[in-house]
Amino acid sequence: MKVVILGCGRSGAALAISLAKGGHEVSVIDLSPRAMRRLADSPTGRRVIGNGLDLDTLEQAGIKEADAFFALTRGDNTNLMAAQVVQRQYQVPRVMVKVADAERGKAYRKLGLNCLNASAILAGVCEDWLTGAELKPVHDYAAFEAEARMS
Amino acid sequence: MYIVVIGGGNVGVQLAKRLLGRGHEVLLMEKFSDRARRLEGLVGEPNVMVGDGCDLSSQREAGFNRADVVVAVTGEDEDNLIACQLAKEVWNVKRVVARVNDPSHETIFRELGIDDTVSATGIIYNLIEQQIGSSDLVPVGALHRGQMEVVESTVSSRSPLIGRAVREIQLPKDCLLVYTVRGSQGMPVNGDTVLQAGDMVVALVPTQDADALKSVLCSRTMDV
Repeated sequence: MKVVILGCGRSGAALAISLAKGGHEVSVIDLSPRAMRRLADSPTGRRVIGNGLDLDTLEQAGIKEADAFFALTRGDNTNLMAAQVVQRQYQVPRVMVKVADAERGKAYRKLGLNCLNASAILAGVCEDWLTGAELKPVHDYAAFEAEARMS
Repeated sequence: MYIVVIGGGNVGVQLAKRLLGRGHEVLLMEKFSDRARRLEGLVGEPNVMVGDGCDLSSQREAGFNRADVVVAVTGEDEDNLIACQLAKEVWNVKRVVARVNDPSHETIFRELGIDDTVSATGIIYNLIEQQIGSSDLVPVGALHRGQMEVVESTVSSRSPLIGRAVREIQLPKDCLLVYTVRGSQGMPVNGDTVLQAGDMVVALVPTQDADALKSVLCSRTMDV
């Protein structure tokens, strides 16, 4: 599959390296050339230095032909905007967004975006591990945490 | 009206001041507390709140649920978009306005449900267009969620429309010439109005017909 990843932080880089190993065609966008060092000499495809909210940058990364897009920067709003642009403007079929703020993630999940909240998942997995409960599908953890904070 | 302004930069402060001067209830939200402290001296302490305009609990505290208008004017387009989307979708705010810093984001904002955008770059561009008297169709404003446009155009000295009454001009359907400015004199346009070179004509046009209108208003006879 052709995959575009926005954000070459720890999660973005790990995903890019793993997908590239699995034979997928991966391009990575990040503002910082330093961040790209995380990819080392892994066989990832295009590395585009630029702003992921900039249409030219997205197109350089091959968004027009992409099967999937991951927004994994540390800015929730950047991720949410980029994901919506990619969904609406380029009709990329599979889009996943990292959102650190659980409440914001919940609001956008309601609007139809695939939002992942890393801390909620981590907390949920820790709790299930401690109590010996069976692990749940990821979205259950995210939803659970947001509910707890909202009430 | 209760108006929440997000972003305590120059735009936010000036806007808040003006709205307060008009007697509105205004809350200026600023994310950074040291900056917010300084704003208190400019717009009054009760009108400033330290908070992230994209954070739902800050929005709750700011009373988004009773806001008539939410205006997001930070320097970051992504923050303005998310603040306005949340205001609309979560708190049902009827009117949201977003500042667009990158003009290429204007259409995207509209597609993502933000009907009212303000782009300083776009405004300055239009002003320049007007100043240099380009005979193009200059967009002045959008109406009806961007489906209608108010446009203006200056009648060129080589325009085939010169000396013709408005009723003789074949305009695209649903399009209306409403006003003309001749010299410094403005007047409403009716069917009997005869256009002259240099007239600045204001028209209402469905957005999809803007190009058709342009070909009528901006056409020129060939040089001989």
